[in-house]
Amino acid sequence: MAHTKFRFVDFFKYFTLLIGVFVVLFPPYVVIVNAFKSTDEFNSSSSMALPKSFLNFDNFTAVFQRGGLLSGFGNVLVIIIITLTLNILFGTMVAYVLGRFSFKLKPVVFGAYLVATIIPSITTQVATFGIIKSMGLYNTLGAPIVLYIGADVIQIILYLQFIRNIPFDLDESAMVEGASLFKIYRSIIFPLLTPATATLVILKTISIYNDMYIPYLYMPKQSLGVVTTILMRFQGVNSGEWNLICAAILLILLPTVILYFFLQRYIFEGVTSGAVK
Amino acid sequence: MFGTLSYNKQKTIIIVSFLLIPLLLLATFTYYPAIKLVYYSFTNWDGYSPEKPWVGLDNYREVFSNPDIFKVFTHNFAYFVMGIVQNIVAIYFAVVLSSKLRGKNAFRIMLFLPYIMNGVAVAFMFGYVFDTTNGSLNLFLDNIGLHHLAQTSWLGTEGLVNYSLASTGFWRFMGYNMVIYIASLQAIPKDIYEAATIDGAGSFQTLWRITLPNMKPVIQLNLFLTVTGALEVFDLPFVLTKGGPAGASETYVQKVVDTAFAFNNYGLASAMSIILLFFVVIVLLVQQLVLNRGGDK
Repeated sequence: MAHTKFRFVDFFKYFTLLIGVFVVLFPPYVVIVNAFKSTDEFNSSSSMALPKSFLNFDNFTAVFQRGGLLSGFGNVLVIIIITLTLNILFGTMVAYVLGRFSFKLKPVVFGAYLVATIIPSITTQVATFGIIKSMGLYNTLGAPIVLYIGADVIQIILYLQFIRNIPFDLDESAMVEGASLFKIYRSIIFPLLTPATATLVILKTISIYNDMYIPYLYMPKQSLGVVTTILMRFQGVNSGEWNLICAAILLILLPTVILYFFLQRYIFEGVTSGAVK
Repeated sequence: MFGTLSYNKQKTIIIVSFLLIPLLLLATFTYYPAIKLVYYSFTNWDGYSPEKPWVGLDNYREVFSNPDIFKVFTHNFAYFVMGIVQNIVAIYFAVVLSSKLRGKNAFRIMLFLPYIMNGVAVAFMFGYVFDTTNGSLNLFLDNIGLHHLAQTSWLGTEGLVNYSLASTGFWRFMGYNMVIYIASLQAIPKDIYEAATIDGAGSFQTLWRITLPNMKPVIQLNLFLTVTGALEVFDLPFVLTKGGPAGASETYVQKVVDTAFAFNNYGLASAMSIILLFFVVIVLLVQQLVLNRGGDK
C-alpha cells in the first residue's frame, strides 16, 4: 500500500516537471524552427514543423544587414564594460566602509540604499529625464551609464556578506605592518571580493543586456540602438515577416543563453545570495 | 602622505571619499527625482516650458475623480492573480526539486532558463506564440483536439489580453522564484526533518508543519515583490500590445508614462507616480504588520 502510493507520488513529480520543461521550451522551439525557414516555406508550412534545413542562414544575414544588429551589440558592450567597471568600484567601496567601520551615520547610509529600492524607478523617470537632459547626456551612451553605475542594495548586501567572512585579523596584521586603510581596501579587501564580483558581473551583464526602458527613453538616436531597441525597431518595420523576426529574436537570445549554460552555477548563487538573506 | 596619518584620520577620509560619489549618484538619480516628483505633482507643468504653474491638489483630485485613470488598475489585477499562481507553482517545484529525484539539476537549469532571456525578445516570441492565425499556441491546441479553443484571439480579446500577457510574465519569472525558494529550503536544518520522521509525520504533515513555516520570510518577500510587481507592470504590454485592444491592456505605469511623455502632462503624471509610490509603501506596511503579528504567536 505504502509502496504503490510512493510510486504514484514519484510519477506525479516527474510528470509535472516534464510539463514544466515543455512549457518552458515550447516558445523557443517555435522561434528556432521558424528562424530557418524562407518566406515561401514559412507561408506553406505549419508553424510547428521543422524547417527543410537548419543550414538556411538567409534570415540571419538579412537581420544583420537590415537591422544593424552588430552596432547594437557594440553599443551594449561599451555600456556594459564602462558601467561594470565603475559599478564594481563603487559597490566595493560602499561595502568596505559599511562592513569595516562604525560611524554615526552608518544606518542612515544603509537605510538610504534600502529605501531607494521601494521607489518604483519607472515612475521617477519623469523627473530623471530632466536631469539627464540638463547634464547634456540625452542621446549619448553616457545616459544609461550614469543611470546604471550606482550601487544598489542587493549588490551592497552581497558584498557585505563576503566582507564579513574576511577575517578582521587580516586588516589588523596589515595595520601592524603600517599599511594604510586605502591599501587594505586595495590589496586585501578588493581582491578577496573577487568571487562576489564575478557573480555580480554575470547578473549585471544580463540585466543591462536585457533592459529595454532606459535605452528606449534616453537614446532614441538611430545609431545608438542597443539590441533591445533594435529588435523593437526591426519588429516595427517587418511586422508581418515572422520568420525574419524569429531569426532576430534568436540572435538576441543566444548570447545570454550560452552564458547561462556555462555559468548557471554562479548565476544561481548570485540570485539566491542577493535575495534570500 | 595618506599612510602616515593616524588611523582615525584615515578612517574619516576613507569614509567620506568612498561614500561621496556613490551617495551623490544615489541622491541625483533616486532621491532628487523623487523630491522633484512631489513638487511637479502640485503643478501642471507640460515638461518643457520654463514656468511650472502651481495648482495645489488639483492633480490628485483629477486622479481620484477620473475613472479612466483608476480603471487601469483592474488590468493590473491579472498580473496579481498570475503572480500568486506563479508563487504557488514555484513553491511546488522547489519542494519537488529538493526531494530525492533523478536529473534534479537538469530540471532546475531548464525551469530557470526563461529568467535570463531578453525581455523584449521574450515579448515578441510570445507575440508569435499567441498570434491568432499563425500562432503556435492555437495550432497546438488544435492538434491536441481542443478545436473550439484554437480560434481564440489571445491578445485581441478584452477580457483575456491581460491574462495572456501576465502568463508571459509567469513563464519568465517562475524559475526565478523557484530558485529562491530552493535556497530557502536548503537553509532549513536537516535534523528537524529527521526528528519529524522519527515522530512519524507523513510527507504532507512535514510540508505543512515544517517546510512552509520555515519558508515564511521568503514567501513574504516574494509576495511583496509580486504585489508591487503587479502594480508596476510596464514593459510587456508596452512592447507587445501597446495597450490594445482599445486600451484593454494598458497598465497604470504605462498610463503614467503616456501622460508624461506623449501628452506632456508632467504634473498629472507626477501625481500618478506619487500615488503609486504611496500604494507600494502601504503594501509594505500592511505586510510588515501582518508579518510581525505572525511572529508574536
